Amino acid sequence: MMFMDARVDRKGKRTRWRKHDTELTLLALPTAIWYILFCFLPMFGVIIAFKDFKIHGSFVHNVFNSAWVGFKNFEFLFKSNDAWIVIRNTIGYNIIFIILGIAVPVTLALMVGQLHSRKAAKVYQTMMFLPYFLSWVVVSAVVWAFLSFDKGIVNQFMSDFSRDPKNWYMEASYWPYFLVFMNMWKGLGYGMVIYLATITSMDSTYYEAAVIDGASKWQQTRYITLPLMKFVIVLMFILAVGHIFSTDFGLFFQVPRDSNSLYNVTTTVDVLVFKQLKTATVGMASASSFLQSVLGCAMILTANWVVRRVDPDSAMI
Amino acid sequence: MSTQTSYDSGLEKFNRIGRGTNVFFHFIFILLALLCLVPVVVVLSISLSDESSIRESGYHILPTALSGDAYNYIVKQGSMMIRALGVSVLVTAAGTLIGVLLTTSMGYVLSRPNYKLNGLLTWIVFIPMIFNGGLVSSYYINSSLLGLKNTIWALILPLAVSSFNVIICRTFFKSTIPDGLIESAEIDGAGQFRIYFTIVLPISLPVLATIGLFLCFSYWNDWFQSLLYIDDQNLYSLQALLNSLMSNVDALARNASTMGVSYAQLVATMPKESARMAVAIIIVLPVALAYPFFQKYFISGLTVGAVKG
Repeated sequence: MMFMDARVDRKGKRTRWRKHDTELTLLALPTAIWYILFCFLPMFGVIIAFKDFKIHGSFVHNVFNSAWVGFKNFEFLFKSNDAWIVIRNTIGYNIIFIILGIAVPVTLALMVGQLHSRKAAKVYQTMMFLPYFLSWVVVSAVVWAFLSFDKGIVNQFMSDFSRDPKNWYMEASYWPYFLVFMNMWKGLGYGMVIYLATITSMDSTYYEAAVIDGASKWQQTRYITLPLMKFVIVLMFILAVGHIFSTDFGLFFQVPRDSNSLYNVTTTVDVLVFKQLKTATVGMASASSFLQSVLGCAMILTANWVVRRVDPDSAMI
Repeated sequence: MSTQTSYDSGLEKFNRIGRGTNVFFHFIFILLALLCLVPVVVVLSISLSDESSIRESGYHILPTALSGDAYNYIVKQGSMMIRALGVSVLVTAAGTLIGVLLTTSMGYVLSRPNYKLNGLLTWIVFIPMIFNGGLVSSYYINSSLLGLKNTIWALILPLAVSSFNVIICRTFFKSTIPDGLIESAEIDGAGQFRIYFTIVLPISLPVLATIGLFLCFSYWNDWFQSLLYIDDQNLYSLQALLNSLMSNVDALARNASTMGVSYAQLVATMPKESARMAVAIIIVLPVALAYPFFQKYFISGLTVGAVKG
């Protein structure tokens, strides 16, 4: 993205501070203050992970006066059984999401571009974009309409075929499939938009040349479209890997309705941190939150390093 | 010229997928489109179902007995619901306005090549993309230090700026506004504030629309900020209200204008199941009606962000 190309040239550095510099600084000031309050203060706030932080009373006073406990909070975190379940869930689900989140939208984007009717393609795309605009609270209500024990549509179908109704919110074995499905359902429209934009921006003369050479549709896809998409696919893959330690809190907290029976298959880092925060086990919460931030940062920097080796123009730094 | 076009379309026609494959693809996409649409239809039909029919036979894809009771109840008794609607509208409007101003002003400043603090500000915008303080630290800073707990600002301020949006703006200003335009305004003696408000903003409507839409949808759909910072039910947004109704549907009777009816009676008689889904429909309807028209701005924003980095 060439974000860091704003290097001030040597000559510019020696010029005086001018009136327009003052004005631009004032113009940027509100946003800069926003960044300091909502982004940079929390960055320094992570030190509470190494303290015996008390939640009552003034924040500043507590931060400075609570005792340093070193890595005690982290020890507690890793002594609990939760840690390993949570790491497994977070990374496991993310790996599945990354693979399916590339394979399915790429396939569908290739297919939708081939439909004879442009209009129909547009309509399908618009309809498939709808779930992207629904909040997880609404999605949770939608899922409830299907999976509710006594009123749900799925259980009614089951009884129509004279099968015993299931209490879906207690059956942990089905939820990995449900969660993967819901994630795909919500993200499909977004994924297709990204890949379709790449496909439609391709030079049509490639295909014209290929047709004249007698290439079949499959050969065109295999030897023209996919190679030209390779770059975007790799980029999306690396970006997703960079976020492998964070999950969509809404998917894992709202959709299973925080059901205790599903704890082992639905608890990811974000859910754990939230629950620890709400139950006021601040020490552990801040430790897990700190780990997530640091590991996330490391993954993003690694991903960026890889991007730069693949294509320097797309790297962030 | 005409031979050229007929040649192109002829080639295109020749290079189509077969008729059978086309039908097959249509079939798959109709199935997928329905899969994305039906859940919303189900919620709509539950909200329009008669409460006693839901009690007897559960939810259905299409209502067995139509009834507008839920909406009737909300209009007549749902002072809580009207309040939540007000909070949602206020937060969305104020948040979008504040967010657009904060985002575009920073984007504009970063797009000026001769600005002295460009490097510093670029880092300020850039570092949060790589590292963040995490939920716990942000929560304590926002609630204790900044005193946002149980105020409407907790729903507005934390979501106002994202570095991703700032970069979209910066890229847009850099690539579409000619330097000569700004320079000539400077020579004419216009200050930077005047240039930003009277020249830059009016000619940047596409990017304003994109950023505005991103913000609008994210404020309207936000429930996480409420979950974290709002305990006071008077400050519940629609999303927060629906969230609390999912675990306790009786809450809808709270604050209802109980004219000669006791709370217990009201809870017993109100259309609970359908009213809950009616709240979901009130959330979804504006979004579902609006997004097809604004899709192109959305897509342009998403592709700038994702494809170009």
